[in-house]
Amino acid sequence: MISQEVKNKIKTEEYFINMGPQHPAAHGVLRLLLTIDGEIIKNVEPDLGYIHRSIEKMCERDSYQQIVHLTDRMDYLSSNINNEAVCLTVEKALELEVSDRVKVIRTIIAELTRLASHQLWWGVMGMDLGALTTYFYAFRDREMINDIFEETCGARLTMNYNIPGGLMFDIHPNFVQRTKDFIAHFKTKLPEYDRLLTGNVIFEKRTKGVGILTKEDAISFGVSGPVARGSGFASDVRKHHPYSAYDRVAFKEILFTEGDTYSRYKVRMAEMWESMAIIEQLIDNIPEGDIQAPTKAVIKLPKGEYYQRVETARGELGVYINSDGNKNPYRVKFRSPGFSNLSVLNHISKGVKIADLVATMASFDFVIPDIDR
Amino acid sequence: MNVLIINMQLNITRAIHDWLFSVMPEGAATITEWVLIAVAYLALFAVAGLYLVLLERKVAAWFQLRLGPNRVGPWGLFQTMADALKLVSKELTSTDRIDKFLYNLAPYFVIVTSLTAIAVFPFSEQFQAFDINIGVFFLFAISSIGVIGILLAGWASNNKFALIGAMRSGLQTISYELSVGLSLLTMVLLTGSLQLSEIVEVQRTGGWLILQGHIPAIIAFCIFIIAGTAETNRAPFDLVEAESELGAGFHTEYSGMKFAYFFLAEFINMFIIASIAVVLFFGAWLSPFGITEGITWFPEVLWFLIKVLIIIFLMMWFRWTFPRLRVDQLLTLEWKYLLPLNLINLVIMAIVIWMKWTI
Amino acid sequence: MKNEDLQNIIIGLGTDLKFSTEASEFLNIIVPKEQLHSVCSQLKSNPDLKFNYAFCITGMDWGKELGVIYHLESTELKHRIVVKVMTEDRENPTLDSVHDIWQTADFHELEVYDFFGIKFNNHPKLRRLFLTPEWEGFPLRKDYVDEANMVIK
Repeated sequence: MISQEVKNKIKTEEYFINMGPQHPAAHGVLRLLLTIDGEIIKNVEPDLGYIHRSIEKMCERDSYQQIVHLTDRMDYLSSNINNEAVCLTVEKALELEVSDRVKVIRTIIAELTRLASHQLWWGVMGMDLGALTTYFYAFRDREMINDIFEETCGARLTMNYNIPGGLMFDIHPNFVQRTKDFIAHFKTKLPEYDRLLTGNVIFEKRTKGVGILTKEDAISFGVSGPVARGSGFASDVRKHHPYSAYDRVAFKEILFTEGDTYSRYKVRMAEMWESMAIIEQLIDNIPEGDIQAPTKAVIKLPKGEYYQRVETARGELGVYINSDGNKNPYRVKFRSPGFSNLSVLNHISKGVKIADLVATMASFDFVIPDIDR
Repeated sequence: MNVLIINMQLNITRAIHDWLFSVMPEGAATITEWVLIAVAYLALFAVAGLYLVLLERKVAAWFQLRLGPNRVGPWGLFQTMADALKLVSKELTSTDRIDKFLYNLAPYFVIVTSLTAIAVFPFSEQFQAFDINIGVFFLFAISSIGVIGILLAGWASNNKFALIGAMRSGLQTISYELSVGLSLLTMVLLTGSLQLSEIVEVQRTGGWLILQGHIPAIIAFCIFIIAGTAETNRAPFDLVEAESELGAGFHTEYSGMKFAYFFLAEFINMFIIASIAVVLFFGAWLSPFGITEGITWFPEVLWFLIKVLIIIFLMMWFRWTFPRLRVDQLLTLEWKYLLPLNLINLVIMAIVIWMKWTI
Repeated sequence: MKNEDLQNIIIGLGTDLKFSTEASEFLNIIVPKEQLHSVCSQLKSNPDLKFNYAFCITGMDWGKELGVIYHLESTELKHRIVVKVMTEDRENPTLDSVHDIWQTADFHELEVYDFFGIKFNNHPKLRRLFLTPEWEGFPLRKDYVDEANMVIK
């Protein structure tokens, strides 16, 4: 080991590097100001706002049906789940009961969205670490989900299928069969993903013991989603505060305790299996019922504050609506999962190398529009 | 001048040789001969480099379940020609504060050393440009010079990312040169000569060196492939140009023809590593079990190409499957695992030869 | 733990706390701004309360007052409350930072400062997060006027 006096003589300076906003590994327009000493990172300061569209201010001017359309663009990989969050808040405020059919369909579509998001995450994680083939494997399978969505909801990315009171239209007649075909196909492909990346020695060395987040830090920093569950913090909103049809399906909450990048990776891989299990339990027994509960054309929430939490692919999304009785909300706040997850990045990146930072960011699965809103 | 033994027994080359010597005085004829051979090699291997790029793209597409380039020419055969034309016609941009001389000099180091190294390979019995008696040593020395070009490129670009990439590349190359050299040395123990045509001669009479040396030779081959992949900065050791981390590494600031030099040099280096492996382990242009020995019209260079292409395919397979190693894991691999293994292997090979346990 | 029991414990943690459960599914506590830090740290450390997870920190402009709303949860005891703190000073609003109690507040307070202008005492580095440093004004306030960028229906 080098003694202190030698270190004083060979003085190295810290220097300052920008990672992003245009960067092949940034998951959107995120600018990180890194202060590094050689390869070791001393400080990470995120600089946000490159895709800030003031969604919360726009919501104060729009009607409740219009707010739903703004939420797709936040975390665009879980767009259905974001829409569901706002619809559930409005329905909770109006004390509106939606039919079982709507609940079951909402759950199936949310789980398909979660699968698509995790597939893209897997492809991008491999790509960030250098295994460029994973990207193509993931997108090949994700196209099947996009096709299902296109047929039923009309769009591939920003679905707008949920509205306050129910769904925009009924599911397409092919929906059930295509979803079952996709599940059967993907069950044979997911072990392929494991063979390509999970068991690989180089991958394990890049991710085990890297970016360790303890459970206390996870709770204190407000981390949620697979990142928190990789550290042992049981934060699955679907289990602890169930909504839609989650109280009638059986699924496991995946928890690992090591808190490193590898356990976050394993959480998401296992979550894909659980999502498929949930869909299988629901897809054959979609109950009959109304697609839309009747609401007035101009929705006015009674005066008060309403909060609804859902579990997106990234973590816990919270929607807080403060209404003063008018047709526009007084204040809307979206508690975005990525924002809290990002705040922990500086804490766990002190003293690691740049390559470890890339691996950690890949395992956190940021979508920057979700952070910037 | 007597070091230069140009093997020319093909009729065409003999005809040209005789004609040149009849037309011009001896000195001028020799020089013209050298220039002709150099130009022929340059043309041949620049084009070969381009086709290696196309091969890489096709192989990558095959691994990634898609078709590669297939529009420009049948099976996309003219794709890299089109790319080369594009690169040649691009504007040579550069930033304001670069170190102009070093910036312009750097690509030449890389491309010149790559092309020089090709001159010594015995592609077939008659097809070898430069058969010197320190063949292996020459190859090794020339490929070490290439790293200077990379360091110069990174420094002169006046760009922090390029500098990080160049520094990483520098330490990676000098570390893995040791492994490359030692594994080659293990095989030279078997042949007793550094001259490449002698090495092939030993293999013709005794069988391929990898079979002659059995266990230590196989270990040496494995180490050589790993270290060779690292020497050429290819995945899984491509943190030098780690696209997801640093933009484009040391050649971020280059465009046009200069970028083409770096790019082409990477593929020609891959060809060189594969060729060294083929010459020293797999018997260069010799056919397996001597099946085409008797057939005089069979071009032996075809066997050389087939073996080289198999090894290049192996290197491409590595690239598209494995994730990338971190820089400290790379160095740990070399200094703590490969180097001791190499030294032990060298001793084992020496014992095997001494005890006459070779096949 | 039920809201009444929570109320009975919390009422002893500070002076002049106002409780309310109407128009909200949680128990709301309005804390005077001088006591914010002490009440919050007791909310976290008290073994019957243990509110260690701040799941939503919202800035708010009530028209006259500016303030912050904290949604808190206990991961062990599974109860949730809402803490509100407000200040009438719109020229130079300051509140205490709670980032040493819940580290998630570090980033959320930056967001509140950026959009409402509320300064936080003892914050490690208060700066604008989303908007550029030269931006004037605080957009999410109700009296924010921006002719060029805002589209009013």
